[in-house]
Amino acid sequence: MAVLAQHDLQITRRRVQPKPARDEVWQRGLIVVIIAYLFFGLVMPLAMVFTKSLQTYAFYPEQVTIAFQMPDGSHAEPRSLQDWLDDSGAEANDGLRASERTRIQIVRIIPKNARADVESFRVTDLSADGGQLLIDGVPSEAGQSYDVPRAQLGKVQVRPQVSYGLGNYGYYFSQPSLFNSILNSFIIAMIVVVIVVPLAFGYAYGIMRTRMRGKAFFRLAATVPVLVPSLLPAIGLIYLFGNQGILTPLLMGQSIYGPIGIVMASVFFTFPHAMIIMIVALSTSDQRLYEASEVLGASKWRTFWVVTIPGARYGLISAAFVVFTLVLTDFGVPKVVGGDFNMLALDIYKQVIGQQNFQVGAVVSMVLLVPAVVAFAVDRIVSRRQVAIMSAKAVPFQPEHNPRLDSAMLILCSVVAVFILGILAMCQFAALARFWPYNLTPGLSHYDFSKVDGGGWGAYFNSLKLAVLVSTIGAAIVFLGANMVEKARGFQIGRTILQFLSMMPMAIPGMVLGLAYIFFFNDPANPLHFLYGTMAILVINTSIHLWTVSHLTASTALKQMDKEFEAVAMSLKQPFWRMLSRVSAPVCLPAISEIWLYYFVNAMTTVSAVVFLYSPQTQLASIAVLNMDDAGDIAPAAAMGMMIFYTNALVRILYSLATGRLMGRLQAWRHR
Amino acid sequence: MNPMRICLAALIAAGIAPAAQAQQTTLTVYTAFEAEDLQRYKEAFEAENPDISIEWVRDSTGIITAKLLAEKDNPVADAIWGLAASSLLLMKSEGMLEPYAPKGVEALDARFVDTSQPPAWIGLDAWIAALCVNTIELEKTGAPVPASWEDLTRPEYEGMVAMPNPASSGTGFLDVSAWLQMFGEEKGWDYMDRLHKNIAFYTHSGSKPCKDAARGEVPIGVSFAFRGAKSISEGAPLAVVMPSEGSGWDMEAAAIVAGTDFPEEAQRLMDWTVSENAMKQYNVGYAVVATPGIAQPVENYPEGALDAMIENDFEWAANNREQILKEWSARYDSKSEAQ
Repeated sequence: MAVLAQHDLQITRRRVQPKPARDEVWQRGLIVVIIAYLFFGLVMPLAMVFTKSLQTYAFYPEQVTIAFQMPDGSHAEPRSLQDWLDDSGAEANDGLRASERTRIQIVRIIPKNARADVESFRVTDLSADGGQLLIDGVPSEAGQSYDVPRAQLGKVQVRPQVSYGLGNYGYYFSQPSLFNSILNSFIIAMIVVVIVVPLAFGYAYGIMRTRMRGKAFFRLAATVPVLVPSLLPAIGLIYLFGNQGILTPLLMGQSIYGPIGIVMASVFFTFPHAMIIMIVALSTSDQRLYEASEVLGASKWRTFWVVTIPGARYGLISAAFVVFTLVLTDFGVPKVVGGDFNMLALDIYKQVIGQQNFQVGAVVSMVLLVPAVVAFAVDRIVSRRQVAIMSAKAVPFQPEHNPRLDSAMLILCSVVAVFILGILAMCQFAALARFWPYNLTPGLSHYDFSKVDGGGWGAYFNSLKLAVLVSTIGAAIVFLGANMVEKARGFQIGRTILQFLSMMPMAIPGMVLGLAYIFFFNDPANPLHFLYGTMAILVINTSIHLWTVSHLTASTALKQMDKEFEAVAMSLKQPFWRMLSRVSAPVCLPAISEIWLYYFVNAMTTVSAVVFLYSPQTQLASIAVLNMDDAGDIAPAAAMGMMIFYTNALVRILYSLATGRLMGRLQAWRHR
Repeated sequence: MNPMRICLAALIAAGIAPAAQAQQTTLTVYTAFEAEDLQRYKEAFEAENPDISIEWVRDSTGIITAKLLAEKDNPVADAIWGLAASSLLLMKSEGMLEPYAPKGVEALDARFVDTSQPPAWIGLDAWIAALCVNTIELEKTGAPVPASWEDLTRPEYEGMVAMPNPASSGTGFLDVSAWLQMFGEEKGWDYMDRLHKNIAFYTHSGSKPCKDAARGEVPIGVSFAFRGAKSISEGAPLAVVMPSEGSGWDMEAAAIVAGTDFPEEAQRLMDWTVSENAMKQYNVGYAVVATPGIAQPVENYPEGALDAMIENDFEWAANNREQILKEWSARYDSKSEAQ
């Protein structure tokens, strides 16, 4: 009886419990899962970069002793390697800096004549932790002695030991060539900002504030560069302005390899980013301000400076910082047309891929993080203010008919569009020419990628696979995450952490994230090591690298939805996922599909993060462009780059068609 | 139901899909062979060994060497096929190679086989340094075609020479090691100092200077004879010059990586790499192969290339590699393109 009563009580208790409680557990679980995804895919790897940058390697020759065997079989007094070095006045490793992989052979420390008649040696590792020596590839144990016959002494090597400190930073800043890269990167980035921001402003001004013809075309033309990897404009420039280029005389003896080429290619690939920001900035203006200015007797010129420019100031600042960061963190352009001109992002690549010097690569990464984080912070502050300038009473600006201004803007926009499309056309032309510049008959021989580095057509299809996976998985997780941040109830701490982690990737340059992944995932002790070299790691890396912009897009769309929806769903006892799948997701479909497209296009073009992570099974088209150019096969590189362009262009066209139709149905509620 | 679950399923599927293929053994083979030869070698080998498939990992010599050394404690490669002998000597001293005497090794010229018993590595073919000179572009400048290494330092070639960076390219390293051996250490560095004044840029890859010369991007590329012959056959206006002082050379060699999970398959690969059929494949691009009497002339290959080969001390080159590269980087890295 009592048992039964207790049972009844339990049932009642369960009935009384409000449904959302279980729902909340689910939501919390989801938040934790997404936080974990970002934690292991972002925070931990970045922490590894920091740790690596503090690792220094040094030799301790005083920790190793060697004793010569006497003819009677006994051993002479052991002497440390430091003693031997002191005898000859030499320094360990010739005074050079040791890296993780440096080894010194003992036979190089002890002169030949000193050990001429010795048949056997006894070497001892005196260190507390062992591992000072490698004997035929095997590390020595602490305090252990090893007998080595004369013929084997060549196989005994001294190994540097790790310690933690700021040594790598000191080394980095004392190297003129590395330090110069910082200066070079900043100067180039400044020059590009000074060129691109006014140009993008003028271009956007033409589109938003005049009545010139062909606005739709110009808008489209300016966004073309986002469809190609930054390597491609650099390749186009070589064909246009290289030593055998068709426009080389225009450079008047200057070489395209170096600052000129880097600036031109950077202008190409940063222009659309600046232009889109300027279009947004110029779209929020108040007709009444212009009328007031006119009534007060201000000239057009003065109106421009006191009304237009201040109205767009946040956009200008934001564009400047975005362009600055893009140039600073890009390595494709200087890789192709940089010649011997060094830049920061390139140094990471050189240190890691070229010299396997992971510690210095990590230091450069930390240096590169500073301006990227500053630029990100400024951009965030500025974009928050931008929202506040439009008031509810504002009257949208209507451009007046002004033939002189219209034609001036038409010329400006045409010049930019010709520059952008000209470079692409040049790439396509060069990709078809049989043997540039001596045989220009068109042919498809450069599209046979099997004869060159880079992984052939397989790389192209890998890229497609990556793009589809990243865009589909990425869009789903990002939207889910944004939904949790915006709509979940309670669990404030989890939502705040998730929001913070979602904003972080924007401030992390791709190269740094890629390097971080090597450190984290290529460690055999890491249980996640199995991911290394798979497509999955590329998907994770790319989805996180592009997270922030996607997250902001999703958040903005979700913020526009009234909180009432949640309240109603809750009162109807609907679980959150039903609310999500039946209401939020369909309402936000324009944003979700935009995120999908953003992920797709960028996964096709990205180089910087994945360059450290691809494996023979997962070569990518964008990496193939890099590798082909590297091997001197620049025509196939152009051909592959154009394949990326056509793919992205096609997907974008299909996207417009599909969304046009789908939105018509799913967004019908927006119209009465 | 749960979107997250779907995502995870997709993630797992993406990771597993490539592994679930045919019942074949896949050997991961590290190589610095020319990219255009890879497919041909792979097909020829797999035709005779249908149960083994080759997964190439290719990069230039310096990078592959660095990669192998970096992965030393946890090797990815099962075998090395087509890497400079001077690099393999380095691996041998690190104890990274599994000694094995392939079937038919006795037919090879003794100079191509490692001296240990059983040999740790086997040389397959040799490549020889040469100059690729773009005759059209050189004519425009009015300078004569250079005939020797010394000629390259003349002032009329200022900014006209491209050369591979020895730190990343095997061809670059054999040039530098040959100059140091031919001219002596002091004169060798002095020569490179003077040459450096005329260098337009140091490239990452050993064939790139020749490809750049073929496109007219630079008039003169320090590269190797076979690459020049190839470019001429493709229609490039090149002359391949064997410098009169003699040329450095190196062997492309093969070895088994110690600790491979597929020792038997790796041995079968080694057996095949020294077979007559393999030698014929090498001969498509290389004038000198390890088995005497097989080599056929290569189209457009320069005459006198064999006579130009210097006496190359590979042991010396391998032992001094690190020192030479450090010195080289300290002196000339300013003109290096990104590696």
